[in-house]
Amino acid sequence: MPDLRELYQEVILDHTKNPRNFRALADATAKAVGNNPLCGDRVTVYLKMEGDRIVDASFEGQGCAISKSSASLMTEAVKGHTRAEAEALYDKFHEMITGEPEGSVDSKALGKLAVFQGVSEFPLRVKCASLAWHTLRSALESKEGVVTLE
Amino acid sequence: MAHAAKVLLNVPDIKKDFPILHRKMRDKPLTYLDSTATSQKPQQVIDAVVDFYSRYNANVHRAIYELGEEATRAYEGARERIAEFIGAKDPMEIAFTKSTTESLNLVAYGYGLKGKRLQEGDEILGTVLEHHSNHVPWHFVRDLKGVSLKYVDVDDEGHLRMEQYDDLITKRTKIVTVAHVSNVLGTISDVKEIAKRAHEVGAVCVVDAAQSVPHMPVDVRALDCDFFAFSGHKMLGPTGIGILYGKKEMLEITEPLLGGGEMISEVHLGSAKWNDVPYKFEGGTPNIAGVIGLGAAVDYLAKLGMPAVRQHEMELTAYALKELAAVEGLRTYGPKSVAERGGVVSFTMEKAHPHDIASILDVEGVCIRSGHHCAQPLMDRYDLAATARASFYVYNDVEDVDRLVAALQKVNEVFG
Repeated sequence: MPDLRELYQEVILDHTKNPRNFRALADATAKAVGNNPLCGDRVTVYLKMEGDRIVDASFEGQGCAISKSSASLMTEAVKGHTRAEAEALYDKFHEMITGEPEGSVDSKALGKLAVFQGVSEFPLRVKCASLAWHTLRSALESKEGVVTLE
Repeated sequence: MAHAAKVLLNVPDIKKDFPILHRKMRDKPLTYLDSTATSQKPQQVIDAVVDFYSRYNANVHRAIYELGEEATRAYEGARERIAEFIGAKDPMEIAFTKSTTESLNLVAYGYGLKGKRLQEGDEILGTVLEHHSNHVPWHFVRDLKGVSLKYVDVDDEGHLRMEQYDDLITKRTKIVTVAHVSNVLGTISDVKEIAKRAHEVGAVCVVDAAQSVPHMPVDVRALDCDFFAFSGHKMLGPTGIGILYGKKEMLEITEPLLGGGEMISEVHLGSAKWNDVPYKFEGGTPNIAGVIGLGAAVDYLAKLGMPAVRQHEMELTAYALKELAAVEGLRTYGPKSVAERGGVVSFTMEKAHPHDIASILDVEGVCIRSGHHCAQPLMDRYDLAATARASFYVYNDVEDVDRLVAALQKVNEVFG
């Protein structure tokens, strides 16, 4: 039976209540907006790129605990990494949240992001966890637009 | 409950009729509080559908053989009972569609778009509390006809601001449309008064009754509305069956949405004459099993008695509003008086987003809805991204409310 503590781990609750990098980035070089029309969640991701490297990342918006904490942890995780590294991280993250609940997790690569493994037991919440990441990808592609998760 | 002695509905007996309520949800008893989205089905309805397919499945209005005649009798018999259920004068005022949405689109297309009743510069008057299905079809009409759309606002408690009809209804108003009961706030609209105001300027009144017909006695003749749309699946019936009631003379001047078999009286190469009302709206083989199942649902509700259903929901809503008020950080929306609202309660919590509330309740076996409830303009009006929503029906009782409240305490524990 799915366990609530698996979904709402301490780290997730902490990032919900005290989101990190929760601000607009004045010197952003890329930004994108993501929408989840199902629940009204909306997130803006800001990036400051130097060449191929993300030197700063932040977000704004409103959403549930899962989407907000996911955005918060994501901005921490991608800072200092290259575009390709961020993409690879997203692939691993997505694999985890859509995979088997008991499946193995590359915790070395994912670090704190491993706390989202519990989401895999709640398939309807996968979109919440991945909204910020989809938006990040769009910002990396420098499509200044709105991403909508259908 | 203080007045538990006054049993309006025998809920324990009613629960026995609904097989789904006996399953476990995530190892907990299923507490279903999302009947505003769709209702559960009693065995009587399930049996009626199975009986049709098992014993007398045939197409309607076509077959010469007895089997087809049986199917047609059951189909038309259901139409008669549905007409009676809402107080229609004539079963021929009942057209079957697939949903409330299709019924409203049929009116928008067949009355609003086709023909010359609406001219450029005319006006359609809606409200901000409509479901998307009573917004978007009118956008189509505006785009193609060059009419303008106006909206009556709600006050902070969720009542329509009736005084706005004084200014917003003009000589150019051709259609006035309103939800009988809001699917978010539960607000009951004064349809009778709104229809009267529409008729004063020669406009027609179109009612989205998806949330009223399942829950309260309705009499379309007393309301004097011109079109009245509702769905089978929200009133214990099968999915995929919608109803459009229209005054006979209104249906006569409404054009069909679907061309095809059944809806014609004669067809030649390049031309056709429509069948009579309501058959001209029922092109293609209809949802026969759905109609027969809906007939059984209407019988079930009629036996309970709609005044008792309404009374039961009022008492349950009053109890829920009282209990919810005691949950820390919880805020409810909509009219405070249960006499002015249906059995639907939207709420938000200070510490938790509606989506998180719904997930935590899910683990406790409690099904509620979270989101914008297909009413984004109303959400915008109150500057809300989403709410959580619990709704009640004939099979719910105070124990369901108690389980809801206990689960909400868990939400506060998690996010405490």
